[in-house]
Amino acid sequence: MSPRMARGEAESSGNGNGAPTEHLLALRGFSKSFGPVRALHEVDFEVDSGEIVALVGDNGAGKSTLIKAIDGVQPPDTGDAYFDGQKVRISDPQTAEKLGIATVFQDLALCDNLDVVANLFLGKEVVDGVPVHVLDEVDMEQRSKQLLSDLSVTTLGSVRTQVGSLSGGQRQSVAIARTLIGQPKVVLFDEPTAALGVAQTAQVLALVTRLKDEGLGIVMISHNLEDVFQVADRIIVLRLGERVATFDRKESTPEQIVGAITGADTAEMRRLEEESQQKQSSEE
Amino acid sequence: MEGGVASQLRSLGHDARSGILGRIARGELGVLQVFIALAVIWTIFQFANDRFLTAVNLTNLTLQVTAIAIISIGVVFVLLLGEIDLSVGAVSGLCAGIMAVLTVQHGWSPALAILVGLLAGTSIGLINGFFNTYFGIPSFVVTLAGLIAWQGALLLVLGDTGTINLPPSIITDLTSTFYGGAIGWTLAVAITGGTLGVGLMARRRRQKAGLEPPPLAGIVLRTVVVGLAMFIGIAILLSDRGVPLALLILLALTGVFAFITQRTRFGRHVYAVGGNAEAARRAGIRVTRVRMMVFAIGSTMAAAGGIMAASRLIAVNQSSGSGDVLLNAIAGPVIAGTSLFGGRGTVWSALLGALVIGSISNGMDLLGLQSSVKFMITGGVLLAAVTLDSVARRQRAQVST
Repeated sequence: MSPRMARGEAESSGNGNGAPTEHLLALRGFSKSFGPVRALHEVDFEVDSGEIVALVGDNGAGKSTLIKAIDGVQPPDTGDAYFDGQKVRISDPQTAEKLGIATVFQDLALCDNLDVVANLFLGKEVVDGVPVHVLDEVDMEQRSKQLLSDLSVTTLGSVRTQVGSLSGGQRQSVAIARTLIGQPKVVLFDEPTAALGVAQTAQVLALVTRLKDEGLGIVMISHNLEDVFQVADRIIVLRLGERVATFDRKESTPEQIVGAITGADTAEMRRLEEESQQKQSSEE
Repeated sequence: MEGGVASQLRSLGHDARSGILGRIARGELGVLQVFIALAVIWTIFQFANDRFLTAVNLTNLTLQVTAIAIISIGVVFVLLLGEIDLSVGAVSGLCAGIMAVLTVQHGWSPALAILVGLLAGTSIGLINGFFNTYFGIPSFVVTLAGLIAWQGALLLVLGDTGTINLPPSIITDLTSTFYGGAIGWTLAVAITGGTLGVGLMARRRRQKAGLEPPPLAGIVLRTVVVGLAMFIGIAILLSDRGVPLALLILLALTGVFAFITQRTRFGRHVYAVGGNAEAARRAGIRVTRVRMMVFAIGSTMAAAGGIMAASRLIAVNQSSGSGDVLLNAIAGPVIAGTSLFGGRGTVWSALLGALVIGSISNGMDLLGLQSSVKFMITGGVLLAAVTLDSVARRQRAQVST
């Protein structure tokens, strides 16, 4: 068992007593129900700076619900959130954004009729002049080019291209670059490589890794274990709204993950559970 | 996949993409396309009746299109959202009626009456926006109800008299004032010089910032085209009654609203909401507010157009704002390239579209055609323009996949 995992499990057993200050973002006891449906149950979650956490699970496991609870789109019924060690209440997307939590959406929330620059700065336009807010196109274009070259996004051609005419991978690059305009500390990805080709997937995963190298905390929902094993540091498995397992990528195999996702009772799983129980009891 | 036919169709599509027809089909030629259409229309009517391209008739044409073009400016905003406002005709009539009643029957000063007329338009727009945003009722339905209701309101405002004639005042001056050479040429020089100056300044700023500057030839070409249009246009107008104040108002409004859509944050948000409302919402744009403001602008411009129409007619009556006002005000921008599906188009399309429709209408009047024929031809032109818009949309969708 990895040291990282051991720490995560130990905290889980503590279950929210005292602020978990050493994490960039930590959730304790997040629960969310939709009527009789229990979408999340007492889920703990944490991500650090410079770390990619993959969130995996079957359909309906609660991945998207958890993401929506983090970015304020759908606040949880109960549970505490800690950001940079401070207890916070993320009640809406604006609060999340102010804290430094950005989301790259699965369905690419881009405006096809606007060019790359306009999309990058959408809702955060650089303006000069009061009371008439005149767009500073030159400044925005300069910063767009800088941002895209920092991210090594070189396939775009002109930043004045309409986003509607870009390929899926290029659009995803723009969507990812856009979240960085607000200088976030945590970026949430909901299926960043869904519907992308092989080359484009590689391009997007490289981009995700680059964000991690810059010290951002990355949370990534994915169905694709190949992608997960390529970039993730830790893998958190949700099943039926509960966090059932945490793996260190370097010390786990896809078979273990699949077992945890489906709930198959493998020998490996039993061994892990026993180990963690022993650890808990020894700590107590 | 389905063998020969499919691949044939694909290769056809590919051929069309590279050719000029393909570019027209995708709506890429934009303004140029409209100028070509306008040139064709003018040539046809000039051959049919050589009075068409005379100074007198072109001045008349200018005055005829002003009211519709101003209403269309507001329509462009609503269309950019992907919405529609079917009440602009009725609102233009009602607001002109309110203005007329206040100044003629209640003795208000004309300027104040104009202001109240405009504000009545703004209020109606806010009502439209409120029902559209808070109750989620499609704008089509809200404004269809408005079309009927505001027509009724006009009858109520006008009362038993039915027609209110406007005595000479600044209201009638709006469309009966003409300026001489001094103002005309100054304007031509200012606009031509301004086009060049703004182009060069923007170019230098981009150069300084290390960005790829726009080609100098483009700026020069634009200046030459604008300059020629201005100087020839002013020369023609001066050889008749002079430069109409109405034209100056129209150009000023078009310029201001074009600036708002292209260069301001609000304008950018209008395009964003029209392009992808959900994306705009997630980006933190206050979508409801944008929608309310757009509907308010739409109805305010309808009121302004109605006031110009009343000024030209020197009266407001029960049929003010009815008939083909609505059709023409919406058809104009669509003919000139503003999409009915939202997010694409410019304020200039209001001006150009009104000019196309106005030219057809004016030319057919000169030929003494029946109303029946006029309506059918105008309808046909609109259908053709919308078809072009739909085809362009589908072509774009194909290109991006």
